[in-house]
Amino acid sequence: MTQPATATRSLVVEREMPHPPEKIWRALTQGPLIEEWLMKNDLQPVAGHRFNFRATPMAQWNGVTDCEVLIVEPNQRLSYTWNASGEEAANGLKSVVTWTLTPTKDGTHVRMEQSGFRVEDETFYQGASYGWQRMVGGLERVAAGLN
Amino acid sequence: MQATSDTLFKTLADPTRRAIFQRLACDGEQTVRVLTDQAGVSQPAVSKHLGILKLAGLVRDRREGRQTHYSALPQGLAPLIDWMSLYGAMWQDRFDRLETLLNRMDQ
Repeated sequence: MTQPATATRSLVVEREMPHPPEKIWRALTQGPLIEEWLMKNDLQPVAGHRFNFRATPMAQWNGVTDCEVLIVEPNQRLSYTWNASGEEAANGLKSVVTWTLTPTKDGTHVRMEQSGFRVEDETFYQGASYGWQRMVGGLERVAAGLN
Repeated sequence: MQATSDTLFKTLADPTRRAIFQRLACDGEQTVRVLTDQAGVSQPAVSKHLGILKLAGLVRDRREGRQTHYSALPQGLAPLIDWMSLYGAMWQDRFDRLETLLNRMDQ
């Protein structure tokens, strides 16, 4: 049997915002502004630029996301990779986040697509024993939340 | 998917079953006898728990002579790890925060 191509799914969040695309573009591409609504970061809107998003580390997550800017079309489209980092990188999430801004009569249609969620990629589940133990370790909490 | 999650939740809600699965996932393949030695319950009880874990897709068995070896199938946990719904909730929240920021920003 041949191995089927890895299937992936995308997540899309869209919203109409009563602001011009230029203003939203600033909020999407200027580090200090991004930090106010998303996360600490060192993003620069330059294709090929590598950067990180940093959140508060949690029990199951180091809080760091590895990114690389893919597409920069000012006021229209911004795309970057969004990957698990460090020891979680090998078996963690590998995705691409794409922002698309479309002017409307009263503002801007903002569309965020995060693509690359693997549903049938077995390597995702077959990682190092470390990964197994982490997943199993989370069971206790899942079970605790059942009641 | 819903039925699978329900089965998983019910299967893992039992602490003895959870302990058996955890042991198989962390230590690798084990025989029923070895598992029984550590479980603190009778061998028929361990076998019953293993049967339920197998039905839930969390373990598989392998006969070798008179022994049955069990190992964990961690991919059986996949329904519990829903990255998409985690991120979906996060982005909705971040969109709210983006709008709040935009309302504060100058043109």
